[in-house]
Amino acid sequence: MPAGWDYAPAPEARDLVELRDRYGLFVGGDWLEPKETYETIDPSSEEPLAEVGQATTKEVDLAVGAAREAFDNGWSAISPSERAKYLFRIARILQERSREFAVLESLNGGKPIRESRDVDLPLSAAHFFYYAGWADKLAHAGFGPSPKPIGVAGQIIPWNFPLLMAAWKIAPALACGNTVVLKPAETTPLTALVLAEIIAEADVPPGVVNVLAGGPSIGQAIVEHDGVDKIAFTGSTEVGKIIQRTLAGTGKRLSLELGGKAANIVFDDAPLDQAVEGIVNGIFFNQGQVCCAGSRLLVQESIEDELIDALKRRLATLRLGDPLDKNTDVGAINSAAQLARIRELSDSGEAEGATRWSPPCELPDRGYWFVPTVFTGVSQAYRIAREEIFGPVLSVLTFRTPDEAIEKANNTPYGLSAGVWTEKGSRILSMANRLRAGVVWANTFNRFDPTAPFGGYKESGFGRVGGRHGLGAYLDV
Amino acid sequence: MAKAPVLATGFELPLEPRLPRIGSVDAVAVEERAATLAKRSIKREAKLFALDLAVRMIDLTTLEGADTPGKVAALSSKAIRPDPSDLTVPSVAAVCVYPNLVPTAVERVRGTSVKVASVATAFPSGQAPTHLKVEEVRDVVEMGADEVDMVIDRGAFLSGRYAKVYDEIVQVKEAAGKAHLKVILEVGELGTYDNVRRASLLAIAGGADFIKTSTGKIPSSCTLPVTLVMLEAIRDVYDETGRRVGMKGAGGIRQAKQAVQYLVQLHETLGPEWLTPDLYRLGASTLLNDVLMQIRKEKTGRYQSPDYFTVD
Repeated sequence: MPAGWDYAPAPEARDLVELRDRYGLFVGGDWLEPKETYETIDPSSEEPLAEVGQATTKEVDLAVGAAREAFDNGWSAISPSERAKYLFRIARILQERSREFAVLESLNGGKPIRESRDVDLPLSAAHFFYYAGWADKLAHAGFGPSPKPIGVAGQIIPWNFPLLMAAWKIAPALACGNTVVLKPAETTPLTALVLAEIIAEADVPPGVVNVLAGGPSIGQAIVEHDGVDKIAFTGSTEVGKIIQRTLAGTGKRLSLELGGKAANIVFDDAPLDQAVEGIVNGIFFNQGQVCCAGSRLLVQESIEDELIDALKRRLATLRLGDPLDKNTDVGAINSAAQLARIRELSDSGEAEGATRWSPPCELPDRGYWFVPTVFTGVSQAYRIAREEIFGPVLSVLTFRTPDEAIEKANNTPYGLSAGVWTEKGSRILSMANRLRAGVVWANTFNRFDPTAPFGGYKESGFGRVGGRHGLGAYLDV
Repeated sequence: MAKAPVLATGFELPLEPRLPRIGSVDAVAVEERAATLAKRSIKREAKLFALDLAVRMIDLTTLEGADTPGKVAALSSKAIRPDPSDLTVPSVAAVCVYPNLVPTAVERVRGTSVKVASVATAFPSGQAPTHLKVEEVRDVVEMGADEVDMVIDRGAFLSGRYAKVYDEIVQVKEAAGKAHLKVILEVGELGTYDNVRRASLLAIAGGADFIKTSTGKIPSSCTLPVTLVMLEAIRDVYDETGRRVGMKGAGGIRQAKQAVQYLVQLHETLGPEWLTPDLYRLGASTLLNDVLMQIRKEKTGRYQSPDYFTVD
């Protein structure tokens, strides 16, 4: 019998990316030299990658001014098919440079190259293609015969899908004729800044897209700026609430895509092996740092043992390590702060009485790592069942009947996504009707497409990204 | 003669030992999982390990109306020594031939590790009376076949007569005696992954030592999602009963790269214990030379012309 089969390292070429020592601020089509910079790192090794310009309120002012000028001086008035042309260009350049972008995304964010290569990049390009197609068809989108853009959009995006979130935000905004000031997350600015290079390369008029890296204070400055007509925020519910309070009474438009605590519901007639794949993809995709992650597994009690055994067996085959290795399934946690939060909540699960399990797994010495973790015996009252962990931690709860499944699934302040696993088509439809979640996946999980609207109920936010509905967030309707 | 137990509900029998539940398979999701596994990047020594293993797992096959003793003799030599210019390349697992060619193959591989497998039971259609199939199996075993590759009666399976399928496998298993029994499901005719799983469990319940995808005689044959479904059935039987059943993929595996993908899937579904010719086979004719070419490329760093690999 062979001793075993160790896969040799298969790293994607890091030198596909030519990192600059220093990245500036992209304002009005130019790169401004920042007064202050900060270091952005590779979370899998804690090695520094580059110095990134830290915006100040002064640059926020300049960027909003540039966006306003671009909006007033033509962008909103040029022919829609012309706008589409720019978006198609961006999409194509993204595709051409997708290997480079995938490496950069994995370097700066810690996610496995398999995911950035197969999910983040194709979807980012697809969003630009999709909304490029809408640009000259807005009159047929169901918002009246001649829907108008809103104006200057301030867009603040998270660190879990840095490039994809930029695409989700920029593509519909530009297609509808708005101009934008985008702030990537503090820990993951690089792909958004290189996207700015692409936008310049695509000859998008100066000021239509402005990109400012920086911390929360810059986000706040954008939100509070008088020249901004609309805020689109994707991030934590906590910050979303602050933004909503800030904007109350100002007349600025707002769309929020916030946290989640999705139930992934597995019935006893589900295709079990595929359900296991769906659970794995639901909570360990991007190390669970996904707002719509299937963090609560609701399994019918009659198959709990069978399913959990199968899940554990599968988790033992996950390969954790170097994000740039093509065979890596689980990468690094995005930052020290996030790792601390995952640890704290996981410890609370144990303290409250849940049973903790992880596959045998060696963690690298340096960088931010957390082993995939499953909690069984979880009750609805535990923090790990109520609070968003945003990490590779699954809480397992059981139910007996479809009614109980609905009751438990909806028993959360969130309502972003849910999953249903069953062979019965009629049950899928009835569950989807009764689940209070913006997205319900049937016999799959974490599947995205630019044509499908995405967004939440309750504390998961409002407004939709993607599809025809996504246009509504950037039109004056 | 073996007597099939009464099948009360479908074929979810025999009750002892218990079999895993039949359950269901979601086509979209199983194809996605198979596609993900196929993206594993296997390099250098890991690749060489896989290629060497692939050679040892090959059932070198010729199943043509035009097969002659001369053809089978040549094939047997190739099976014993696949690459005469590199003696570190191992022999393949077996040669797989029609019943009439079994004596030739037996004579040619005598004294080596290479086994002789014979197709039987009215291969490839299986559309013949059971007693003739059983007799055919007895004959090939008598002629010296170490392994018997039978086909299931798809006509019976697709018309819901699972008991007939089961009963036939039980009888063939008995007739095969010590010879290893591989049961061909002919997945391309089964239509759904659900049927593939059902047929896999049925064959295992009937006594199959191996389950095998295809005859290679119809265009649609072995695919990664199909073998994944079959491996999962094997795994579930092992979990439930402790019995290790083997797997043979056949039909359509022509390139070394595909062989590596099948082995990755095996490795990550059934684990390292199954990485042996005793439990996994690749039925193929043209695959071998591509694997040999890749082995030499890994060892020397360059590709050589196909003229440097023997054609038998």
